[in-house]
Amino acid sequence: MSITTTTRRGQGRPESRRRRRVEPVFYFFLLPSLVLFTLAITVPGLVGIFFSFTDSIGIGDWKFAGLTNYIAIASDPAILQSYLFTFGFSIVTVLVVNVVAFLLAVGLTSQIRMKSALRTIFVIPMVVSGIIIAYVFNFLFSNSLPSAGAAAGISWLETSLLANPDLAWVAIVVVTAWQAVPGALLIYIAGLVSIPGDVYEAAEIDGASKAQQLLKITAPLVAGYVVINIILGFKGFLNAYDIIVGLTNGGPGTSTRSIAMTVIAGFNGGDYAYQMANATIFFIVAVLISLLQLSLTRGRNTL
Amino acid sequence: MTTPSTLTAEGIHRTESVSASGGRRRSGLKVERVNWPGTAILVLCALTVLLPLYVSLSMAFKTQGQAVDGNAFSFPEPFSVDGFVQAWTLTNFPVGAAMSLLVTAGTVVATIVLAAFASYAIVRNWERRLFRYSFYYLLAAMFIPFPVVALPQIQLTGRLGLDNPMGVILLATMFQLSFSVLLFTAFLRSIPMELEESARMDGATTWQTFWKLIFPLLAPMSATVGIFAFLYAWNDFMMPSLIISDPALQTLPVRQNLFQTQFSNNYHVSFASYLMAMAPAIVAYLFTQRWVMAGVSQGAVKG
Repeated sequence: MSITTTTRRGQGRPESRRRRRVEPVFYFFLLPSLVLFTLAITVPGLVGIFFSFTDSIGIGDWKFAGLTNYIAIASDPAILQSYLFTFGFSIVTVLVVNVVAFLLAVGLTSQIRMKSALRTIFVIPMVVSGIIIAYVFNFLFSNSLPSAGAAAGISWLETSLLANPDLAWVAIVVVTAWQAVPGALLIYIAGLVSIPGDVYEAAEIDGASKAQQLLKITAPLVAGYVVINIILGFKGFLNAYDIIVGLTNGGPGTSTRSIAMTVIAGFNGGDYAYQMANATIFFIVAVLISLLQLSLTRGRNTL
Repeated sequence: MTTPSTLTAEGIHRTESVSASGGRRRSGLKVERVNWPGTAILVLCALTVLLPLYVSLSMAFKTQGQAVDGNAFSFPEPFSVDGFVQAWTLTNFPVGAAMSLLVTAGTVVATIVLAAFASYAIVRNWERRLFRYSFYYLLAAMFIPFPVVALPQIQLTGRLGLDNPMGVILLATMFQLSFSVLLFTAFLRSIPMELEESARMDGATTWQTFWKLIFPLLAPMSATVGIFAFLYAWNDFMMPSLIISDPALQTLPVRQNLFQTQFSNNYHVSFASYLMAMAPAIVAYLFTQRWVMAGVSQGAVKG
């Protein structure tokens, strides 16, 4: 306080450069968030990274193990499989979600009837619990679809999709996409309504067909929204857990185990430190994707 | 982030209604036909959204005899509430609902209050390093998915006696904080200082200014933040299933795994139970859909 006074009197710095004293109430506003955040996220994060360099099993004694865990992970087929599955599933789901959501958004912003009722319906999956809807689909995939397959004489559909190691991932894509389409859809609708109608009128006068308009006008103008949807979706799908637990619980075998599921398995499996190394690698992957997001969306995040 | 978001929920609706009336004006000049094929396709797509919900509804009202006959799509005949009666006691629905309500209400309130507090302090003291760095610090959690820190969090909450709904409220709030602070700070930057200065002229303290002036102005953002927190807390399976150690204190989504291990053939009971867990969010959505849709399109673009 005295320093401030001296500066003010002695050098007469311009108002803007002088630091006014922060009202104590602002600390009261900020500190609860900072303290709780540190306790709930930063500390566990650091503890986790620390133990990834040890041989801890979660309780009891431990000693440093250096990079042993990381080296072991690099050649662990179970972990590699979970990364392959999670990335493959995320890429396919992102493509499915964005194609479906974009087409639905084009439809919902065109001259159709029952527009608001349809929009209401299409958003419902977003508000439904992932694990519960996965249980519902689980029933459909294991009972209704096989009996429909049998009735139609399609042999590969007669057994449950979920019991087939080669096809179980398809069921997971379907349910994840079912739930993720509304979020992407709403963003695309926001993008489409921001395109002024004059652009289309001009194109029509120049003789552009509807398909040409979609490809040459609509698609480029919503490109920013496509980028946002792809990255947000991809980041979300990499954490896939609830829906997979409800559909296959990682099976058959370990064919549909996501990264999150392998990490969590470390809690009961006794390889705590090992899975913390796995989580640390996963964290680095998440950071890299977020950095990619920042560099791609910089300057675009003005709706 | 450099451009202050002035887009409130009403803002989006205004944009939409402007473009909608623009569309009408155009159609007044040049009679536009209703896109019937498009309408038909979208109605068909909407059926795929409604199908799992219809199956849940019809299965829930069946008798046990009808529920196991393998036809998921038949109407319940006769109508039976036996499934609901059994599900009510099997899952101990009143306690589960109370826990879900507690976790959801706690997360929504804590997220809105803590994020609004912190954002206000940050924006009003932006020239201070502590506040500026706090902003980036709180934002960093967007890089950290829950699975990465889940294992240490399970251990820490266990040691601190927070392996209960309170711990879930704390962690869920902290994971919602980054995104909520981002939304609030963007909005606060668009509120002119003059407003606050006039309040101070009238002798209001910062604390009073916040509650009487700033917090009411934040209402549209609080709605968005609250909706995201609600959907996350009500529907999440992963966090409560890992953090809450006493099954008697579990939330509704986690209780449904009862039907995966036992009672797995009592479909009418399990679907009645699923329905009771899903319905509150769907009903809440139907009443607040304007806000949900506006909130998602701006929230996702910001986040």
